[in-house]
Amino acid sequence: MNDDLSRLLADIDTARMNRRRFMGTAASAGVAAAMGGTILSASAAFAEEPKKGGTFRMGWGGGESTDTLDPALADSPVPFVVNRQWGDTIVNVTPDGQIEPRLAESLSSNADGTEWRFAIRQGVKFHDGSDMTVDDVVATFKRHSDENAKSGAFGIMQGIAEITAEGNEAVFRMATGNADLPYLLSDYHLVVQPKGGVDNPSAAIGTGTYKLVSAEPGVRYVFEKNPADWDTTRGHYDGVELTVINDGTARTSALQSGQVDIINRIDPKVAKLLGQVPGILVENVSGRGHYVFNMSANTAPFDNKDLRLALKYAINRQEMVDKILDGYGGVGNDIPINAAYPLFTAQPQREYDAAKAAEHYKASGHDGSPIVLTVADTAFPGAVDAAALFQQTAQAAGIPLEIARVPDDGYWSDVWNVNPFHASYWGGRPVQDQMWSTAYLSTADWNDTKYFNPDLDALILSARAETDTAKRTELYAQIAAIVHDDGGLICPMFNDFIDARSDKIAGFSVDPNYEAMGGWASAKTWFA
Amino acid sequence: MTIHPIIKLVAQRIALGLLLLLAVSVLIFAATQILPGDVAQSILGQAATPETLANLREELGLNKPAVTRYFDWLFGLLQGDLGTALSNGQDIATSMGKRLGNTLFLAACAAAVAVPLAILLGLIAVRYRNRWPDKAISTVTLATISVPEFLVGYIVVYFLSVQFRLLPSLATVNDDMSLGERLFAISLPVLVLVLAVLGHMMRMTRAAILNVLESAYVETAELKGLSPFRVIARHALPNAIAPVVNVVMLNMAYLVVGVVVVEVVFVYPGMGQYLVDHVAKRDVPVVQACGLVFAAIYIGLNIAADVISILANPRLRHPK
Repeated sequence: MNDDLSRLLADIDTARMNRRRFMGTAASAGVAAAMGGTILSASAAFAEEPKKGGTFRMGWGGGESTDTLDPALADSPVPFVVNRQWGDTIVNVTPDGQIEPRLAESLSSNADGTEWRFAIRQGVKFHDGSDMTVDDVVATFKRHSDENAKSGAFGIMQGIAEITAEGNEAVFRMATGNADLPYLLSDYHLVVQPKGGVDNPSAAIGTGTYKLVSAEPGVRYVFEKNPADWDTTRGHYDGVELTVINDGTARTSALQSGQVDIINRIDPKVAKLLGQVPGILVENVSGRGHYVFNMSANTAPFDNKDLRLALKYAINRQEMVDKILDGYGGVGNDIPINAAYPLFTAQPQREYDAAKAAEHYKASGHDGSPIVLTVADTAFPGAVDAAALFQQTAQAAGIPLEIARVPDDGYWSDVWNVNPFHASYWGGRPVQDQMWSTAYLSTADWNDTKYFNPDLDALILSARAETDTAKRTELYAQIAAIVHDDGGLICPMFNDFIDARSDKIAGFSVDPNYEAMGGWASAKTWFA
Repeated sequence: MTIHPIIKLVAQRIALGLLLLLAVSVLIFAATQILPGDVAQSILGQAATPETLANLREELGLNKPAVTRYFDWLFGLLQGDLGTALSNGQDIATSMGKRLGNTLFLAACAAAVAVPLAILLGLIAVRYRNRWPDKAISTVTLATISVPEFLVGYIVVYFLSVQFRLLPSLATVNDDMSLGERLFAISLPVLVLVLAVLGHMMRMTRAAILNVLESAYVETAELKGLSPFRVIARHALPNAIAPVVNVVMLNMAYLVVGVVVVEVVFVYPGMGQYLVDHVAKRDVPVVQACGLVFAAIYIGLNIAADVISILANPRLRHPK
């Protein structure tokens, strides 16, 4: 929180606010962060007064007829953004990585981060007219902690020993401290529902900007403005209409023909061309999502550190950013973390080096049999092409890389996290701890590089509980160094989120957390 | 009392069709069992852990043997219960009914344009056979049938929606729309589907009538002094109807079951995309229900084609 505060103070300076007045207002770190959010949005809003009215039409890829409205089960772009319309979480992560209290008014923790208190906002009403209370909040978190709810946030909730309501506060107690808990609780699954949504998880009744009018999974969702919205600074449209358009060409033509106002997931190959069309703006932002080639570090031949290094040196990361992402992305460095994360320390950038790759390959003593890389189109956009590029640069280093292309169908159950060398992607997490804990702890279900290192586990756990920012940054640097040099991860690139929108929309700003301003585009923008 | 041979024949065909449907249901069920992964894994995706998988399988009844599950489903079906989707718990009959209605609406609109147009163009082609109208019709319809539908779709979207903004590229229809709005929304997919099926039906009409034109009675009609078009339309066409009806029915079946690509390009909420989504999720009850509906439509249209062919042929209509 110290770090957050200092960054916040810098924000205040730029906003030319009286520091003493600010310190007088901010009673706790939580309120301070809240102020940060308000000031930032306020300075953006000075430019233009929002106009009211109109229907915001979204053309969204990534939805299926099998989708549900239960926020616990949301796992793709359409359910994500649908939940953003009708629901709120207790806290949010702002575009610059701060915690912004939402349904919680303020938050605080004890010194070692084992107990967190969130004071719940009063006077907020659900769409059905009932009051949102601390009991609803606690019931929501309890539902997501229940294995039977199959929540995507179950892994997050597992670390919490006890959730109780005390007066106006939701209190979270943990066995080991976690300085990042507010970030974890900003997870998009954790939408506060009446009575936690236990009775009817798919009712889509929340506290959000827009009320659900009709839902046809995989086809269309219609929302109308919530007149009793507790946050009066947002929600400028009369309603939102979301059409599911999974075909990329159909999405861009719908925007070009003026049938929708905003679309997501622009193919990097057409982004530049689309940006030249009059009336259309392409919005890209470098996020935390990244594309990976995973080697199982416990399986031959990848259990050999020299072979892992040989493959890491045999990939041309810049070429992949240029050719696979068409420049819409950043170069990876074999760690899942980039500068978009707080407390990031850069590791020396690993470059393509055929000589070093050949040297390590020789040192590994590999018998020269082909090393098989399994890919499918679904692994990430352009995965098959990326594998072909990898094969060529590896060949130049004398490494016999062979590509096994498999169907999309069944890839996530039979190849990812199973096959010893495969392509995949990660959406990224708001904080380092969550990313490391999700995929690099020995005990993690999604340890998809099968890297088991007790030293690394100990570092991740101690970083989680460390409240001193400088020490914590140092611990994360050590973790990154281990995975960078020894781990099974080859990370060639971080991909951008690319949206495209009509220039009639005002108030738009990119958010590295997710596409469409972190999912809040309908709440924060308006028709100029 | 003797049963009219036509009724007997129709009854036989329907009974055979039902048997076929049963066989189809077994095949579909077997195929969904062979696919890798199961619905529990598909629902949880990356979030799957051994415990959550076990819980979900138990809840969805996936632990029962496949044969038991098949007969449970069949028993429900005979009582008119298609069950609920495993993936999102929606009632299959309701959600599929809507999609089926959309698919049939699109297919009917396309057929209403394509069938009369194809037959008319066929007649014109015969009337002016081997002259320029015949050649122009043949060339154009062959060209549109040869270009893949998605490409035709993108071409019409580019010109009619993006460049000139005449027609909508999104064909998403919903309950709030009036009939006129719906027809406007689906104008582009109808256009593409008509172009896709026109050539086949037109050429079959042309070939079948040309065949009949060799007959002696056509010569008689010509010698009576009837106009060439009247000879073709009134005398040749009725006797050429059997092969034409067969091709028309095959194309109508295609309009119902084979248009998933067009649905994707124009974002039309039909059965095709609905089925594909549920196959990807291993949602066996929905896949079975969709497969069964498709099979029923296919078999039904074929029975209709047979019956019409028989009715159109006096020799078959009045057997000795």
